[in-house]
This record gives sequence, structure tokens and C-alpha cells, in this order.
Amino acid sequence: MKTRSMFLALFILTGGLLLGVPSRGAETQSRNVILSTTTSTQDSGLLDLLVPLFEKQSGYSVKTISVGTGQALALAAKGDADVALVHAPSLEKKYVAGGQLQNRRLVMYNDFVIIGPKDDPAKIRTVKSTLAALKAIEQARAAFVSRGDNSGTHTLEKSLWKEAGIQPNGAWYIESGQGMGATLNIANERNAYAITDRGTYLALGKRVTLPILVEGDRALLNIYSVMEVNPANGPRVNTAGGKAFADFMVSPQAQNLIKNFGVEKFGQPLFVPVAHKREEELGV
Amino acid sequence: MELIWQGAVKAAELVFGFDAEVWSITWRSLQVSGYATLISLLIGIPLGIALALQRFPGRGAAVAVINTGMGLPPVVVGLFVSIFLWRSGPLGFMELIYTPTAMVLAQVIIAFPIVAGLTMASFQALNPNLALQLLGIGASKTQLLWLLGKEAKLPLLAAVMAGFGGVISEVGASMMVGGNIRGQTRVLTTATVLETGKGNFDIAIALGLILLALTFAINLLLTRIQQREHLRWPKLS
Repeated sequence: MKTRSMFLALFILTGGLLLGVPSRGAETQSRNVILSTTTSTQDSGLLDLLVPLFEKQSGYSVKTISVGTGQALALAAKGDADVALVHAPSLEKKYVAGGQLQNRRLVMYNDFVIIGPKDDPAKIRTVKSTLAALKAIEQARAAFVSRGDNSGTHTLEKSLWKEAGIQPNGAWYIESGQGMGATLNIANERNAYAITDRGTYLALGKRVTLPILVEGDRALLNIYSVMEVNPANGPRVNTAGGKAFADFMVSPQAQNLIKNFGVEKFGQPLFVPVAHKREEELGV
Repeated sequence: MELIWQGAVKAAELVFGFDAEVWSITWRSLQVSGYATLISLLIGIPLGIALALQRFPGRGAAVAVINTGMGLPPVVVGLFVSIFLWRSGPLGFMELIYTPTAMVLAQVIIAFPIVAGLTMASFQALNPNLALQLLGIGASKTQLLWLLGKEAKLPLLAAVMAGFGGVISEVGASMMVGGNIRGQTRVLTTATVLETGKGNFDIAIALGLILLALTFAINLLLTRIQQREHLRWPKLS
């Protein structure tokens, strides 16, 4: 009797779950669009606004995979995604030149800022150029937290160190290997300097007490582009779906939503829409 | 400390305010891990019994593999399952990556060695003479397995709890093969990682507390079934 009731309980517990595990019909497969993008677009909440609208208008179902820009581009280059929305122009251009990604179009930008301890041991508050600030941080051996994850932010940071002629290493240079939010928390706890996109910094709000020390430098522009995946990359790339999403991102409707995104919550927009412009025309 | 309190308040708000998203994430966690546990039992119990009762060449190696499998790192499972399921992978044509099915698959790989290993241990803990006696009084092979299973059922329930506990709390594989897609593959653990990254610590703590409450409730149920049997023992004091 007890054995039976035990098995009955187990059966109800596990068997009942069988009902309703979502199954995917064969006819829906070509309606799936895989978007590989960065953590910042997801963490800021922008995609939660844009993706449902695109799905409603186009009938496609979007699978948003948000990872670091390095991984997002690698996934797309293998044909494991249909469209990429990322922010590492130098890396993007390599993939476009290599033919894995195509039709690169600017979508929006925001900017990076350098934050750091209030007492500013490296004295970068008075320096207005980014490169001079990085040199000062290195010279002071002041703690600096890097993403260290090959993300768009990390790619920009690396290229800035390179331009400054510095090979950052030593105990002062901390590589978190995590997303922007987690990295800012580490910088906050360690009272260290860090480069962050303004959107994530604003989104974390009071939790991060480190003030912005350097901003407004052209070198700190954070440009997001959308690229379609070359169907030659893999057998099952949804070319039409990828293109539809890319077209949507540069459409007047999406651009208008981007322009106003964040105003309500942060008192200022998080992104500036720049579809159909060239990189040279952008300024902070 | 204040943060944990805020999280607890937030958890109460989300649960009792019937927040649709939190409820659907919770339900999806339960579904994916429940399904994975069920399949793990179907594979792991027969496998564990076979390893405990049969003698065959390569058995030692098989036992070592299962014992290693009991401690498989979920991220490693996630990576290998991803490689197979990506469009560019050998099973890419099935279009399973970033679906709940893919998460179930990865979790089965994590859980079935745990179930098999604990099943094997519980059958091996039985007195070997019991099988001989049962055969002696004319039990058929099916009856023998059934009766041995009844004897071993308390540790078998521990195998169920360990398997389920292992997969519902797992984050690495679910993140990689599921992709943490809102409304499709977002479960309690991946949502906790996301909300922490966003700096929404109160929601992250709330999700964590819901996960704890859920696993506690399920283990409480299983433990009650298990311990009710145990109470048949005479008082020893």
C-alpha cells in the first residue's frame, strides 16, 4: 500500500510535468530568428522593448542570445545565428572583410566613461584625454578593473591601452572576466577605476558610488551596428529573417523608440539613434 | 543585510502578487528539471541495477565512468551539448539549441549518472543472501527485481532527490544550451544571474529564495514519503 502511494506521488510529481513542456512544430522553424547580441543591449532593457514589437509586426520569433561581443560575432560567423547586433567596430570590420558577416549598418551609439575613486589617486579628473588618463592610472599603479572577456567594452579598452603604448599587467590590473554589471560591482568594492558604457553605469544607479572622472572624449564613442549573417556560413541560416530584423533596427519606428528609451527611467536617453549615418559624422 | 530583507519582501510581492513572468519562470524550471529527472530515473535506475547485480567484462570501467559522471561539471556538459546542437554541429539539423528540450537533454546528462550511481550503491547495500533466499522460495526474475527494489526504496528516493536537486540548481548548462531567452528558456537560476548582472539585487534575491522554497517543498514531500517508511522501525531508546 505504502509502496503504491509512494509511486503514485512520484508519478504525479514527474509525470504531471510532461504536459505542456513546449514542443516546437516543424512549421515554426523557419520563423525563428537567432539574434546574437551583447549583454549591454539586454541588460539595459532596450531589447525587451524592440524585440516584441518586431515579432508582432513580422511574425518571426526571435531568440536573443546575449553574450560578450567576441562570442556574439563568433557565433554569427559560424552560422549559429542569423543577425548580430554588437559594438566593436574594429572586430566587426574584420568579419565583414572576411565575408562571414555582411551589410553592416550603424544603429545607435552611446558613450563610455571612465569612473574611479572619489579621491582619484591617479589624478585623472583634471586630464581630459582618455589616453592621458590611462597613462596616469598605469603610472600611479592605481587599481583598474577590466572586463577581460573579449566583449565590445573590453575590445575598446584593449585598443585604448595599445594606443597609449601600455601593456597593462601587474597586481593593479584586475581582470573580472564577467559582464559589465558584475565588473562595476567589483570596481566599486575594490575602489578601483573602470571603463564602462554609460547605460549600464546609469542602470546600476546608487549601487555604484564611484563618480565619472573622464567623459566626452571622441575615443570613448560606443557604436552599435547590425550585421546580417552570410548564408554561406552554415546550412540553416535564416537569411530572410536576419535581414528583416536588421531592416527593422534601422527603420524610423525603431530609431524613434531608441531615441526616447531611458528618458523616463534615467532622466536621459541611453542611446542616440544614428541609422544611415557614417562613423565619421558621429560626435559626442 | 538590508538587501536580503528587501529581497525577501520583493519575493513575497512577486509570488503573492502573481507576477506572471516570475510564475512562468518558476513553472518552466520545474518542468524542465522535472522532465529531466524523470528521464534520468528511466535511464539511471535500470543502469544502476544492472551494474549492481550483473557481472560482465568492462563493468569496473563502467562503474568508474558512472562515479565520475556523478560529479560532472554542468558547464562542461553545457559546452559539449552546445557543440553538438549548434547549427554548425552534427545534430544541428534538429534545431534544438536554445529550446527547453535542449536544456532537458543537458540536465539528463548531468542527472542520470547521479541516479545510476546511487541506485547501484543502494542495491549493493542489500544483503546478498536476500536474493538467494528469494530465488530459493521460487521468485521469478521480475519478482526478484521488484522485491529487491522494495527493499532498496529508501536510498532510491535519495537518488531521486539528489538528481532533481542537482539539475534544478544548475546554471552553467542551462545558460549555454538554453540561452536564457525570455519567455522560452529563462529559468530561475539563469534569471538570477541576469538580474544580478543588471544590478537588480532585490529581484535576484527574490528569485533565489523562490528556488530555495521550491526545492525545499519538493524535498520535504519526498522526505516525508521516505521517513514514513523508516518509522516502522522499533524505538531503539
